[in-house]
Amino acid sequence: MRRRGGHGTGTRRVRPAPALVLLLLLAGCSGGSQSTLHASGAGARRTEGLWWLFFWISVAVFAEVMTLLGWALWRRRRATARVRGGDALGMVSVLGVAIPFVILAVVYGIGLHDLNALASPPGKNAAVNIEVVGHRWWWEVHYPDQPAAVTANEIHIPIGESVRVRLRTADVQHSFWVPNLMPKTDLIAGKVNETWLYTDEAGNYRGQCAEYCGQQHAFMAFLVVAEPRAQFDAWVTAQAQPTTPTLTAAQQRGKAVFEQGSCASCHTVRGTSADGTVGPDLTTIGSRWSIGAGAAPNDAGHLGGWIANSQTIKPGNAMPPQPVAAQDLPDLVAYLQSLK
Amino acid sequence: MSASTEERPSPSTDPQELARLEQEWGERPSVHSFFSTVDHKRIGRRYMITAGAFFILAGMDAMVMRTQLARPNASILSPEEYDQLFTMHGTAMIFLVATPMFFGFGNFLVPLMIGARDMAFPRLNAFGYWVFLFAGSIMFGSQFLGKAPDGGWFGYVPLTDRPYSLGINLDVYSLGLLFLGVSTTIGAINFIVTALKLRAPGMSLNRVPLFVWAIVGTSFMVIFALPALNLDNAMLFLDRRFGAHFFDPHDGGSTLLWQHLFWIFGHPDVYIIVMPALGIVSAVLPAFCRRGVVAYPLMVLAIVTISIISFGVWVHHMFATGLPQLSYSFFSAASTLITIPSGIQIIGWLATMLRGRIVVRTPFLFVVGFIVTFVLGGFTGVMFAITAFDQQVTDSYFVVAHFHYVLFGGAVFPMIAGVYYWLPKFTGKMFSERLGRWAFWLVFIGFNTTFFPMHVAGLFGMPRRVYTYPGDLGWNIPNLISTIGAYVLAVGLLLVLIGVIHAIRRGAPAEDDPWGGDTLEWGTASPPKPYNFAVVPLVHSLHPMWDERTRTALVEGTILTGHRAVQTSELDGQHERVLEMPEPALVPFVNAVGILVVVLGLLWGWYWVAGAGAVIVAGSLARWLWPPERTPEEAGVAR
Amino acid sequence: MTAVAKEATQAQALATEMPSGRTTGWWGMILFVTTEATFFAAALGSYFYIRFQSGQWPPPGIEDPKLTKVLFMTALLLPSSLPVMWAERGIRKGQRWRLRAGLAITLVLGLAFLGMQVWEYSEDLKKHTFTTDAYSSLFYGITTFHGFHVAVGLLMVGWLLAASLRGSFGYRRHERVRLTAIYWHFVDVVWVAIFLSLYLSPRL
Ligand code: HEA
Ligand code: HEA
Ligand code: HEC
Ligand code: CUA
Ligand SMILES: [Cu+2]
Repeated sequence: MRRRGGHGTGTRRVRPAPALVLLLLLAGCSGGSQSTLHASGAGARRTEGLWWLFFWISVAVFAEVMTLLGWALWRRRRATARVRGGDALGMVSVLGVAIPFVILAVVYGIGLHDLNALASPPGKNAAVNIEVVGHRWWWEVHYPDQPAAVTANEIHIPIGESVRVRLRTADVQHSFWVPNLMPKTDLIAGKVNETWLYTDEAGNYRGQCAEYCGQQHAFMAFLVVAEPRAQFDAWVTAQAQPTTPTLTAAQQRGKAVFEQGSCASCHTVRGTSADGTVGPDLTTIGSRWSIGAGAAPNDAGHLGGWIANSQTIKPGNAMPPQPVAAQDLPDLVAYLQSLK
Repeated sequence: MSASTEERPSPSTDPQELARLEQEWGERPSVHSFFSTVDHKRIGRRYMITAGAFFILAGMDAMVMRTQLARPNASILSPEEYDQLFTMHGTAMIFLVATPMFFGFGNFLVPLMIGARDMAFPRLNAFGYWVFLFAGSIMFGSQFLGKAPDGGWFGYVPLTDRPYSLGINLDVYSLGLLFLGVSTTIGAINFIVTALKLRAPGMSLNRVPLFVWAIVGTSFMVIFALPALNLDNAMLFLDRRFGAHFFDPHDGGSTLLWQHLFWIFGHPDVYIIVMPALGIVSAVLPAFCRRGVVAYPLMVLAIVTISIISFGVWVHHMFATGLPQLSYSFFSAASTLITIPSGIQIIGWLATMLRGRIVVRTPFLFVVGFIVTFVLGGFTGVMFAITAFDQQVTDSYFVVAHFHYVLFGGAVFPMIAGVYYWLPKFTGKMFSERLGRWAFWLVFIGFNTTFFPMHVAGLFGMPRRVYTYPGDLGWNIPNLISTIGAYVLAVGLLLVLIGVIHAIRRGAPAEDDPWGGDTLEWGTASPPKPYNFAVVPLVHSLHPMWDERTRTALVEGTILTGHRAVQTSELDGQHERVLEMPEPALVPFVNAVGILVVVLGLLWGWYWVAGAGAVIVAGSLARWLWPPERTPEEAGVAR
Repeated sequence: MTAVAKEATQAQALATEMPSGRTTGWWGMILFVTTEATFFAAALGSYFYIRFQSGQWPPPGIEDPKLTKVLFMTALLLPSSLPVMWAERGIRKGQRWRLRAGLAITLVLGLAFLGMQVWEYSEDLKKHTFTTDAYSSLFYGITTFHGFHVAVGLLMVGWLLAASLRGSFGYRRHERVRLTAIYWHFVDVVWVAIFLSLYLSPRL
């Protein structure tokens, strides 16, 4: 890729100011997986660079203001202190107009440079295309290059390559945000927006909806998994496959419940008769990082709980409690977990 | 018109004359006069008390929110409850607290500062208050019924439109704000006309106090900004209730239209909020620096330029919506530029302190607190002005930190400074300095503990408007600190409240001019007599009360008798004519009730009730403006 | 009495030349009209914003608004400002009959305008209604809102006529006439803007 966001790498080494250090330490920097200060993407690097630039400018100007203030307060203690006339026009126009103007002009210039850089991914055209559709409150993910590859709340990208992401919404405004990789782009009803991802550091990056979209705006998260090309290709092809798992007896029964039960009316499992589109595609639910877009870990217990009554886990979400007979539930869960 | 026929010479100390004036202007306290008063001082006090009450309510909302956010995965509040809380908190703080509070200050102070006896339209003034009271009550009422707006204070469509928001919640929002808009618009018009036509003779534009300039600038912004919001809410209501398609992308509507219109209002609005606060700072400083604010022309210029530029930056609230780069670079430039006038004022105040001899009293402490916090908030603002960075932090807690630093730091600190500074004038009582200082330190420390960590949470990727958050993202500690800070802050504000109540109850009686202030309000009694000034002040300079000529004139001048006030020319404040001021009346109250009926009728879809309300409104207006029967001589008829 | 008389003659001079400055009422009405105008500007702005977002305009299935009736309406409303001016001039001279006559004529013209608008609606509504699409919502929304202003203006004029018949106005007391006139002119001017944007521009 090109320069890692200009001043980005340059300024990232410098030490933050005490107050901030303190808080960063307090917070244990554990943030990591969803933080603008642990940039791994080409886009986020630039904004992180901007942040430290702004930070130091602010420290400087703040110091200036505090000095003047302190001086004024200290001055009054001296017996000699007298009220002085005059309009201080010089001081106001230098400190209040000239200097700020210069600073702002420079900052604006740098900002504009980064804005243009953010407009298009490194290396002009993208190697991978992804289509993301926002739903209250989950993310539908398509890989147009392999039309069959459909999943939810999880996005895999190859490292070292530019990925173009087209953003649509099925209902209200949402916003696509992966702090470590890329600044936000909103999903606007009646409009298709575009953004891109680029990173050369393999890893899992948590993203989250950043435009208030109702009750479960808090749990409309997703995971971006950046991995080497080979793994990525393998994953996409896996997503594209209809499921033909060899099922145990229990899982067979679960499959039956799924297909005959209400599930099929809302969920799709490719390779079965279930082809609903109200909810996330479940063809590979067994391998997902979470259920309910970050609402709960993906394990047997939570799966069972989710199916029985997802409203207790994610109040207000669009999946009603499911009247699955107690003896069927384990089978159903077993079946879902087999979908990898 | 010559003064001789209007003002009979008499020493301004003549007891009978003063008694007569008091007679003509005073409103004997009674139930009737409670509803019929047109005294700008009573109305101003009411604005402030009502806004204060709303501040406590909206603040309580915030405290509950903070309690929920103290720990991850908390379940004190359901998502619906949280959504209503943060929406009401924001909406109320912006519309029902900040603006009305400053309208209260303006109502009480503008006529006094310009040496007038009342606002230009005293009855409209009363009307405006009642409308504000009713609108606010409706909105908070909905919260007590659990049906409060829940779409965020800028209520983006389609979330706030059908089918995603059924129920009455957002009808309360749209109708409530439309209702309130009536009050705000009328108040703004009243301020402008008062400042243009009722200034004391001799107060040419270059002698107008900065606070009055600020109020006028604010009012002009209201005149041009509010229609955008009203249109927005009108269209939202029509969409929701009568199946219009303004915001419906499936039928040719546009969801971004809402955002544009909202922020065309919304950005000027943030200056509508902060500008009077800056005015208060300019009014408080001279008393405690023992000299006038420096660079008066530049300070005025700053106010004017802010009022204008603020209409050219709204898109900086839409930096992530995928608009063309070109428009982004333009609005980014404008947003960066608007910093300069604020810089001028900050440096101007600092220069004033440097060239004066500072006397530290509670009001001054809050001004210092304002400078420290507002500057920090301003810096983050400038960061947002740079589109690339904004796209990263927008809609995160970093933004929440920014706007609390500018809203609380920039508006509430001066608000409190103003309360302490003018309390003697408002109530005639002095407050306890010790209590005041305790309050300051608690508020200052509490404030920064609450909102500084939000910068960090935001940078760590915490989005705003989340009712809870997972525990493994490094957001726990910042949030815990914020919550603790919020409680400290609340106690500090409680001390402010106690300080005020204590002053009113037990405070020592205040002198007329306890601080040695420079503006005319200090030339009146504490609290001012109903007629404000027995003698119409003559202004010779920017600091009339530091000017012997004005002081002596106030004592030795001639009393302006009767329920009358002086009208002067717009620019150089020359005497034009003497006006008969309107008497107290019930009709403004009745009219406001009429509108209340209309709003409630629309809210519940009882359109015939709304119709009935409209009849009340029309009827009372006709009554209100009905000219008195006049003999042909009085009216003047050609024969 | 002599003092009053002197003041009176002056007052009349004022009324025509206003050496003693604009009144508070004048400023109040001007500012009110300004913010109202801003509202209409925002509304027409929204109209064009949505128009330039959509392709065909008016949308498929809705033909361009008919002009004949609307031109006639314009011909009714625009001139209706003249009688008001004439009336105001009159009352400044203390000629009450001119005030009454002028207001009456305006009242008639205004009512005729509203009548025409109702007629025009009755035909449009056959083709598309307020709820058809965004275009229709804007079309009916804006025109109705203006019609509402005309109605309010007429109420004011009618109210003024009533007051003048009772005889409250003369060359010394006629500010309400002036204020009403300002409002009426405003309603007039806004109509021109609406006519150009909603009726003419789609044909260009
Ligand atoms: C009192 C209210 C107030 C004030 C005064 C300001 C002041 C400013 N604001 Fe703020 N703003 C809000 C209230 C306010 N804001 C609110 C409520 C929101 C959020 C709305 C929402 O989403 O809910 C918001 C959001 C907001 C955004 C959108 C953020 C986002 O949602 O992504 C932006 C972007 O440009 C912005 C910019 C600015 C700027 C440039 C200033 C400038 O005016 C600041 C100027 C002042 C200074 C800079 C300090 C003093 C100057 C000096 C000491 C001179 C030297 C300084 C330098 C050289 C830098 N603000
Ligand atoms: C003038 C404006 C103003 C003010 C003063 C405040 C004050 C406070 N705000 Fe406010 N806030 C907004 C304007 C304001 N806010 C806006 C516009 C939003 C955006 C809403 C949205 O997203 O739509 C917002 C959002 C907002 C959020 C983000 C919600 C979210 O995104 O999920 C939070 C979270 O902590 C918060 C907290 C607070 C706190 C703790 C205070 C404290 O300062 C409050 C302290 C005040 C009191 C406690 C009441 C007064 C107390 C007394 C008189 C003493 C008696 C009381 C006690 C002893 C408790 N606010
Ligand atoms: C009325 C429609 C509907 C029905 C019926 C339904 N679901 Fe769902 N389901 C949804 C929706 C919508 C979501 C996404 C909720 C969210 O994350 O906000 C979902 C989410 C899920 C998830 C988590 C998916 C993910 O990627 O996080 C699982 C697992 C699931 N459903 C299983 C089932 C099973 C098993 C059944 C039948 C017993 C079922 N659902 C019936 C609508 C439905
Ligand atoms: Cu989707 Cu918030
Ligand atoms: Cu703004």
